Amino acid sequence: MNKLLETHQLRKSFGALIATDGVDFDVREGETHAVIGPNGAGKTTFIKQLSGELRPDTGRVSFGGEDVTALASQHRSRKGLARSFQITSIYRDFSALDNVALAVQAHAGHSFRFWKAARQDPLLIEPALKILQSVGLDKRINILAAELAHGEQRQLEIAMALATRPRLLLLDEPVAGMGTDESLRMVELLASLKDSKTIVLVEHDMDAVFSLADRISVLVYGRIIATGTPEEIRANKEVRAAYLGEEA
Amino acid sequence: MSMTPRSWILVGLLALLAAVPPVAAYFDAPFYLDLLRRVMIFAIAASSLNLILGYGGMVSFGHAAYLGIGAYAVGVLGYYGIHNGCLQWGVAIGASALVALAIGAISVRTSGIYFIMITLAFTQMLYYLGISIEEYGGDDGMRLKLRSEFDFINLNNETAFYYLVLAILAFAILLVHRLVNSRFGRVIQAARSNEARTRAIGFSPYPYRLAAFVISGALCGLAGALLVNHTAYLTPEFMNWTRSGELMFMVILGGIATSAGPLLGAAALLLLEDVLQGWSLLPKEAVRDHWQLYLGVILVLVVLFARRGLAGLLPGKNE
Repeated sequence: MNKLLETHQLRKSFGALIATDGVDFDVREGETHAVIGPNGAGKTTFIKQLSGELRPDTGRVSFGGEDVTALASQHRSRKGLARSFQITSIYRDFSALDNVALAVQAHAGHSFRFWKAARQDPLLIEPALKILQSVGLDKRINILAAELAHGEQRQLEIAMALATRPRLLLLDEPVAGMGTDESLRMVELLASLKDSKTIVLVEHDMDAVFSLADRISVLVYGRIIATGTPEEIRANKEVRAAYLGEEA
Repeated sequence: MSMTPRSWILVGLLALLAAVPPVAAYFDAPFYLDLLRRVMIFAIAASSLNLILGYGGMVSFGHAAYLGIGAYAVGVLGYYGIHNGCLQWGVAIGASALVALAIGAISVRTSGIYFIMITLAFTQMLYYLGISIEEYGGDDGMRLKLRSEFDFINLNNETAFYYLVLAILAFAILLVHRLVNSRFGRVIQAARSNEARTRAIGFSPYPYRLAAFVISGALCGLAGALLVNHTAYLTPEFMNWTRSGELMFMVILGGIATSAGPLLGAAALLLLEDVLQGWSLLPKEAVRDHWQLYLGVILVLVVLFARRGLAGLLPGKNE
């Protein structure tokens, strides 16, 4: 299968702390690839280098066969790499619809359009409504994002990522901080996206990871110690010792 | 475009302003014509600041610079005998836009306290430049020999000049309203609300912010051209940092990121200033010398208790 995203010997340190230590990682077109690891394993640092918020000290990131190591996040977004944040990042003072419409707008040509009201522009509103419906927020479109429940805000983040029509979704702990019901709904939503999207999923919730992922990579102290199918990872002794064992 | 209760109130305010000249003439009180024309000119400047401060989150502490550049464009051209209004005001707008482009190119890359300090520093440079040019009166300033000359209107007619300022104010409010609700305006508001998210969905905020900064400077330059015609006197004091502070005060007092806010703020500040300075209930000197103190107390109260300023007290939804 085609490799959509690939890293080669990625290395990043903050002073003496080596957060990413020679990571080789790849995501195949169409798969859901989960990255798991104990707290402090460097997962967020790693995903930030994939999205372009951080530059690696050395190593390469390529996306769709193109070297994107030097590109900032907004340029990677234009190439089709969308990201949700571990800590919910939305426009809290905008309505749910405005949040998604902005994400649509970001990929609908330049925005040096000074006069026509954007809120009445069907080219922005219609796709945004469709996406809100697909994530189950169609009854909440005019609610301020700040007033949505936590789970709904996470759904909104996914909607914004989808609105950029990405080739790859980078989801940083989409289930984090959710109640049982909310996380079930989120896993359902992700399962519905899984067939049509390529997804990198960074997640603590093992149930979510093992039910969604086609492959799993285990990150410990900035290194990937194993990559494989959920069954292979479950059976891997090193992984059990380093990580799963602690939870069992 | 549907009209909200807020926009009706704004239209009502502008209609009230339109009624001032006949009323002032009836009561033989031309002073009020003068006072309200000044209010409207500052409302235009405050609207321009509101675009970047209120909607764009860029706290420019140097907006008086463009007031000064607009005024100097008119004053200096007039000094050399060029009184053509279209030319003078065109230069006022163009020069303000150019200077805003230069200052913005540097300052818009920064944020928070750095942005405030850089915009302040550039304005202080221009202020001292104005003081140092003896040819144009140095820190004393100089009289404007003639008001700007137009074919279609005579600015020496105080009432005609008043209505021109009112028309420009209405245009400025409409312009800012359309801008902030356009795609362009959504981007600058998004960048204020959550910059990391704005980058993550694929926007580069910098060119949009810079464009807003330039538009804001150009509009404020036009206000400067009006102001120097209003006072008929050119002085570097237009660019004093306290003037920048007053503009911020107007925007915050009136209500940041609201259409009516700059007008309400400018009216409240300048009318209060007028009232407090002439208040007869308190020992006059004490009040006259310390009226800024009372204004300061009012500003603190507004910031603490009415986050959307005076406009926030109006019925209807905050934008």
